[in-house]
Amino acid sequence: MSHDLIDQVLSITPGSHLDQLRRHREVARENIQKAYDALFAPRDTNEVSLVERLAIASFVTGLHGQIVLADHYAHLLSTSEGGVAVAALINEEIERGTTEGPYGTYPAGPLASENKQGPLYAVAPANRTHLGLRLRVALEHAHLLVFRPRDASREALHGLINAGWSTAGVVTISQLVAYLAFQTRIVEGLSTLAATDVTAPRLPKVAPASAIA
Amino acid sequence: MSNTQSDLPNVFTQDELGWAPWLEPLAESDLTDRHWTGLVDASRSKSPYFMLLAHDPEVLEARTRADKDIFYNPNGGLPRAERELSATATSRHNGCIFCASVHSRFASTHSKRRDDVQRLLDEGIGADLGERWNAVTAAAVALTDTPVDFGPDEIARLRAAGLDDFEITDVISASAFFNWANRLMLSLGEPVPAKAA
Repeated sequence: MSHDLIDQVLSITPGSHLDQLRRHREVARENIQKAYDALFAPRDTNEVSLVERLAIASFVTGLHGQIVLADHYAHLLSTSEGGVAVAALINEEIERGTTEGPYGTYPAGPLASENKQGPLYAVAPANRTHLGLRLRVALEHAHLLVFRPRDASREALHGLINAGWSTAGVVTISQLVAYLAFQTRIVEGLSTLAATDVTAPRLPKVAPASAIA
Repeated sequence: MSNTQSDLPNVFTQDELGWAPWLEPLAESDLTDRHWTGLVDASRSKSPYFMLLAHDPEVLEARTRADKDIFYNPNGGLPRAERELSATATSRHNGCIFCASVHSRFASTHSKRRDDVQRLLDEGIGADLGERWNAVTAAAVALTDTPVDFGPDEIARLRAAGLDDFEITDVISASAFFNWANRLMLSLGEPVPAKAA
């Protein structure tokens, strides 16, 4: 059986109820994993390095409070080359950046009555030098996308370019943050579903092939 | 860009909108076999959105194939209209005017409940759309909150409204997927009047 991260973090075993639910959308299941592989075992790391990817992932899943995924990425980060020092800083930044979303402002017009103010996040001054300009700006952009996506702007995007990211790098960072917003929700949704009583029709239980103890 | 701020859509609508990128998409002449594979459908080379995402073709390909299976797979699960409702409610809550326009149109087409869909756009996520749709909308919204606010109450309400676990999984997948799509659409460009697309 090929490796599947969501199966791993939810401890999904073949034939279980969650396994049946996931395999009902087999193509989606496979491609959710392929997107993970493309982001974290990429064909090339010229535009966004692996440490940068893992630092952003650790930050984003930490901000979501999705403990299992946050542990997964924090572990990968701290065991990656050059990642240990970054991992400690990311933990501080998660604490600093934690809030509740979505909030933000709408374009001027009737929706302005739905504007909701929230904190603006910036990396702690003490951590700026250690993280470097590229990663600092990427983390601040990630926080924007996680909590107040409707505040995203042309200026925010150009802030990434000005910090040294290429257009391709910006696309990868955007996909990374957006994918993690998806992945955390699949994990939360399915784990909640698994923890509640099952009312859907289930396949009959099959006796083990060998009943010999 | 010739659009001024006052031309840009500033309400949720089922009308067709355009979308303009803030960074340079690839040009068709830039595309290698790797990019064509990433686009999945060759016709997507006409879309600035997909041509921008084609800068990372492997992620784009996986994203597109997951998207199609979550929304178009006709094999059981949630009726198409309610997958689109879940996408619309998610987009409404995140504030993605462009995504909401596309998927509210799909929700209306498949449900024939255009006025109810419009109420979700006009009144927001508290609109009363009847209990089954209210349960789907509430679940999508709770899953869209950060941190996620989706719990046993949302599941119980979906079940009480008649959804089985395959249908509930589709609600989760459709809403989760739009937390991916909304963030791309909102951050890489902006909605523009259809004629400018």
